[in-house]
Amino acid sequence: MNFELLTQLIVNGLIVGLLYGVIGMCFVLVYKSTQIVNFAQGEFLLIGAWVCWASLIYLELPFFLGFILSLCFMAAFGVLLQMIVLRPMIGEPIISVIMVTIGLSIFFQALMKWIFGVSPQSYPQVFDTQSINILGLNIEMAYLMSTVIALLIMVAFYLFFKHSKHGLAMRATAFDQQVSQSLGISVKQVFAMSWAIAATVSATAGIVIGMVNGVSDSLSIMGIKVFPAVILGGLDSIVGAIVGGITIGVLENLAEFFDSQYLHVGNMYDIAPFYVLLIILWFKPYGLFGTKDIERI
Amino acid sequence: MSSLTMRPCGDFRTSYKQDNTIFETKTIRWVTIFTILALCFAPLLVDAYYITLLIQISYLGIAALGLNILVGYTGQISLGHGAFFGFGAFASAWLNTSFHIPVFLCIPLAGFLTMGVGMMFGAPAARIKGLYLAIATLASQFIIEDFFARAEWFSGGSAGSMAEPISLFGFAFDTDESFYYVALFSLVFMFIWGCNLMRSRDGRAFVAVRDHYLSAEIMGVKLNKYRLLSFGVSSFYAGIGGALYAHYLGYVSAEGFTIMMSIQFLAMIIIGGLGSIKGTLMGVIFMVFLPEVLESGVGLMKMTDWGNIPMVVDGLAYIKEMAIGLVIIGFLIFEPEGLAHRWTQIKNYWKFYPFAY
Repeated sequence: MNFELLTQLIVNGLIVGLLYGVIGMCFVLVYKSTQIVNFAQGEFLLIGAWVCWASLIYLELPFFLGFILSLCFMAAFGVLLQMIVLRPMIGEPIISVIMVTIGLSIFFQALMKWIFGVSPQSYPQVFDTQSINILGLNIEMAYLMSTVIALLIMVAFYLFFKHSKHGLAMRATAFDQQVSQSLGISVKQVFAMSWAIAATVSATAGIVIGMVNGVSDSLSIMGIKVFPAVILGGLDSIVGAIVGGITIGVLENLAEFFDSQYLHVGNMYDIAPFYVLLIILWFKPYGLFGTKDIERI
Repeated sequence: MSSLTMRPCGDFRTSYKQDNTIFETKTIRWVTIFTILALCFAPLLVDAYYITLLIQISYLGIAALGLNILVGYTGQISLGHGAFFGFGAFASAWLNTSFHIPVFLCIPLAGFLTMGVGMMFGAPAARIKGLYLAIATLASQFIIEDFFARAEWFSGGSAGSMAEPISLFGFAFDTDESFYYVALFSLVFMFIWGCNLMRSRDGRAFVAVRDHYLSAEIMGVKLNKYRLLSFGVSSFYAGIGGALYAHYLGYVSAEGFTIMMSIQFLAMIIIGGLGSIKGTLMGVIFMVFLPEVLESGVGLMKMTDWGNIPMVVDGLAYIKEMAIGLVIIGFLIFEPEGLAHRWTQIKNYWKFYPFAY
C-alpha cells in the first residue's frame, strides 16, 4: 500500500471537496430560497472564469482588480438572469424549471465555446512559487488559496445568515414565502440577491479552479459533479452541502487510488460519485440531512 | 401539470365509446390515414435527402414517444433517455453479432433488454420523485455511458460495433429508400400502440399517478407498479428507437449517446407538448428541422455581401447548440404547453371564426 500517494490524494480530495462544498452551497442557497434547481451552476463557474481571464489578458488588469471586476459582472449577470428567465418560471411544474436551467446551461456553454474557443487557456502567473511543502506534502499555492477562500466564504455565509438583516430575510423567505411577504420582506429582492450571491461565489470557485487547471469548457462539469454532493447532504441543507462536498471530494480520490493500485478499471474518478449517489438514494431518499416531505391530502 | 391535457369547455362526451376513441372526429381519422398513405409514396416524390430526415424523425420519434409516456403522462422525470437509446442500439448490434439472431428479431429483443435496464435504474423511482429522481436518472446516464466505454464485449469499446442491415426473407433493407419503409412501419406501429396504451387501464393509471398520486393510490392504483412500468415502457420505446438507429447507420459508437442527447429528447417533448402523442411527433419534426433551417440560413447569409462573417460561418456548430438552448427556454417561457396546444388554439380560432366565442 502506497501511503504517501494515499495521503496526497486524501489531502487533494479535501481541498477539492471544500470547493465542491462551496459550489454545493450556492446550489442549495438558490434551491432553498427560490425553489429552482440550477443545472446551470457549472456555467456560472465557466463564465466567471472566462470573464476574469479576458479582463486579465485583454484589459491587462492586475489580478486583484480583474477578480473584483468579474465578481461584479457575475452579480449583475445573476440578477439579470433571474429577472429575465427565471421569474416567469415561478409556480411552473418542476420539469419546466429543470429544463429552463438546462436550456440556459446549453446556451451559455455553447456561447462560451463560441467566443473563447475550446482549447484550455491558463491564467498569467499570480503567485511567485507554484507549490509549497507542508509536512512533506506538495500543495499548490492556488489550492492553498482556494482552501482559504472556501473557508472564508463559508464563514461569510454563516455570519450573513446569522447576523445580517438580509440574511434573516432570506431565511424567512426560504421558510415561507407568503408569510415573509406579508411581513414586509421583498421576495423579489431576496430572489435576486440569492442568484447574485450564487453567481459570484461560483465564479470565485471557477476562477480558483481555472488558476490550477486552466480555463476550458470542462469547468462546467463541476456543475454536474456537485449533484452527488448536494444529494448526499440533502438538497435543502447548507451544512449538508459542505459535508457532502468534502465526502465526495475525498471519495473520488479514494476511488482513484484503489483503482490505480488494485482494480485498474479506469475512469473511477469520474464515475464513483454517481454510484454512491444511486446507493444513497436507495436507502435514504432525502439524503443525509434533507428534510423529509410529509404529505397530507 | 394537470392543465397540460385539459380540454376546452364544450367538449362533451356522452358514452365510454366516445371517450375511448383514438380519433376524435372522422376528419382526423381520414387525415391521418391519408397522411400515412402519402408518406408511403414519399420516396417517389421528395429528394433523397429528405428521406434521411424522415428516417431520423421516425427513430427519434419512437424514442421521444417513450419519454413522453414517462414524463408527460406519468409525471416522472428522466435525464437518462439518451443512454437508454444508446443501450438499445448496442444491444441490438450485440445480439446480432454474438448470437446470430436475425436482425428483425433483434430489434424487439433489444427493446426488451433496454426495458430491463430501464426498470433497474427506474427502481429507485418507486421511492423518490421530483428533483431527486431527476438527479438519480442523471446518474444512470453517466453510469450507462461509462458502461459503453468499458464493456468491450458488449459495445466494442472505443472502436464501436458494427450493425448489419435488416433483412427479411432474403431481402435486405440496406438502402435509404427501403429502410424508410421499415422506419415508417415501426413509427406507425409504435404510435398506434402508444395511443392504445393510453386508452387502456394502465394508461389511465399513468395519468392518475401524474395528476395526484396520493389520490391515485387511494383509488387502488399501485403507485410503485405503475411508476416502474412507466419506466419500463419508456425504455422499451427508447430501445426500439435505438435499435432502428443502429441498423440504419450500420455502425454504433459510444460518443453520440451523451447527456446532450437526453436533453434533446426532453426538448422534443417539451416543444411538442407534454402528455400529447401528436405533440411528440410535432416536437421531433421541429427539432430535426431546426439545425437544417439554421444551416440553410447561414448558407443564405454567405451569399449576401455582409454575410461572410468568419465568426458566424465557423461557429455554426455552436450556433446550433445555442439555438437548442434558446428554443427550450423560449418555449418554456412563452408556450409552456407546446406546439400541440398551439395547434389546438389555431384550430379553435378557425372553428369559431369570425366570432371568438
